[in-house]
Amino acid sequence: MKNKKGLSRFEHYRDLIVILTQKEVKVRYKSTVFGYVWSIAHPLAFAFVFFMAFKVVMRIQMEGYAVFLIAGLFPWQWFSNSVNASPMVFLGNVTIIKKINFPRSILPLANVLQDMIHFFLSIPVIILFLFIYHKSPSLSWFYGIPLLLGIQLLMTYGLSLMISSINLFIRDLERLTVIGMTLLFYFTPVIYPETMIPGRYMKLILYLNPLSSLMISWRNLFLNGTLELSLVLVSFIYSIFILVLGYLIYAKLSWKFAEVL
Amino acid sequence: MKDPVIVFDHVVKSYSLYHHITGGSKNLLFHLPSALNSIKNSRYEVLKDISFEVHKGEAFGIIGKNGAGKSTILGLIAGVLKASKGRVIVEGRIAPLLELGAGFHPELTGRENIMLNGVILGLTRAEVGRKIDEIIEFSELGDFIDQPIRVYSSGMLARLGFSVVAHLDPEILLIDEILAVGDIEFQKKCLAKMTGFKRSGVTIIFVSHSMEDIKKICDQIMWIDNHSIRETGAPRDVVLNYSKLI
Repeated sequence: MKNKKGLSRFEHYRDLIVILTQKEVKVRYKSTVFGYVWSIAHPLAFAFVFFMAFKVVMRIQMEGYAVFLIAGLFPWQWFSNSVNASPMVFLGNVTIIKKINFPRSILPLANVLQDMIHFFLSIPVIILFLFIYHKSPSLSWFYGIPLLLGIQLLMTYGLSLMISSINLFIRDLERLTVIGMTLLFYFTPVIYPETMIPGRYMKLILYLNPLSSLMISWRNLFLNGTLELSLVLVSFIYSIFILVLGYLIYAKLSWKFAEVL
Repeated sequence: MKDPVIVFDHVVKSYSLYHHITGGSKNLLFHLPSALNSIKNSRYEVLKDISFEVHKGEAFGIIGKNGAGKSTILGLIAGVLKASKGRVIVEGRIAPLLELGAGFHPELTGRENIMLNGVILGLTRAEVGRKIDEIIEFSELGDFIDQPIRVYSSGMLARLGFSVVAHLDPEILLIDEILAVGDIEFQKKCLAKMTGFKRSGVTIIFVSHSMEDIKKICDQIMWIDNHSIRETGAPRDVVLNYSKLI
C-alpha cells in the first residue's frame, strides 16, 4: 500500500514474499500425488542419462561418477528451473499487475525461492548417494550450504528479474532463454570435472562463466566438505553484479509493465 | 467543500505502439532505422487533457463506450500507469475490486485465496488473519471455503472477491464493472455494503455500463467520449444525455 511507512511496510514486503512463495510451493504439491518425488525425479533421470552415456558407453575413467553427477545436477536444476520459468513470471500475472500497485519484483523472487526450497529438500537424496559411495556429510555443510544458497539465490534472482522484465517487451527472449540455458549447461563443469577441460579453454569456462565457480563449489562441498575461498569469492562478485544489473533493468522497465501487458 | 482526494490536472496518456517490438525482434533488427522511427513517432493517445477532482466520500461514476479510456483512468488512479503529461494526485489507501477471480489461484482453497489476495492488496498476514472469519461469513460460501476454487461457480468467485475487498478498509475503492455477477440477493448485499462505505467516508470510483447502478450509487458522473471528457455533472443529466446518443 502506498502510504505505509517503515516497519509496517517492511512487514508487508515480508508477508508478500512468504505468501507468494507459499502459494508456489502449495500449488506445486497439491495437484500431484507424488509431488516431492517429481521434484527429484527430474535431476535423477538426468543423472541416469549422463551416467549411461559417459560411464557405461564411453567409459570415462572416474571413481564415483554417479555421486559426482548428483552433487552437481541438483543445484544446477534449481538454477535452470528458476531461469526457464522466468519469462512467464510477469506474463502469468497479467491481471494483478494491471490492477494493483504492489512491488512486482517480489513475483520472480517467490519463483526463485520456491525452487530453492525444493533444492534444499532434495539434499537428503544427495546424502543417500554419498552413503552408497562410502562418503558422509561434513560439518562444514552448516556454514557452506547457507553461504552457497545465498550466493545462488542472488545470482538466480538477478537473472530472473532481467529475463522476466525484458520478456514483456521482447517476447523472443523466451525461446532464447531455452537455447541459452542448454548452451550454458554444457559450458559449465557439471557433468565433467573442471580438471578435464583442455588448457586453452580452461580460463574461459572457469572465469567467464558465472555459473562455473558456483557449481564447482557446490560439488566440492557435497563430495569433500571443502570450500575454496577464491571460487566462492568469484561467484559472490558475479552474483552481486548480476543482481544489480537485473534490478536496474527491472527498475527502468517496471513502470511500463501495465502498458505492455 | 472537503478536500479533493483525487486530482487529475490536464492529464494526457499516450502509448507507444509496442507491437512493433512484440511483433518480433527479427522485424526490429532487419528494419532497424525505420522501426525505431516508427516507435518514436507512432503514439496513440488514450486520454487527452483530462481534468477532474473527486472529493472525500464522494461516489464518482465514469461512463463511456468501450475503448474510450475508462480503464486507463482507473489504472492511473491505482498507480499502475504513469501519466504522459499532467499531474495525477491520489491521497489514500486504494483498493481495486478485481475482475472475476483475478489474483486468485484455482488450485488453492477459498480460505488460502483470501489470505493471498488480502496480502497482495496490501494487508499483512496478521491483519488478514484477524478479519478472515468476517470475510468468510460475508461471502456466504459455507463449507465451500475449504474447497479449491476451481470448483466454484462464477457467482461464488465474485462473492469471494468482493468479500475480500469489502473488508480491506479502503479509503478509495475502484470498481470496474463487477456487480453484474452473482445472484440478486448478493448484488443487493454488495450495493448495501457500498452505500455503507459511502456513509463512512470511503471514496468510490465506479466504472459501469449499467446506468441503473450508476444512478443508484453515484453523486457525480463523468462521461468519457473519444478519449476526452464529454460531460461531467449530476448523474441524472449525464445519463439522460448519454442515453439519447445511444
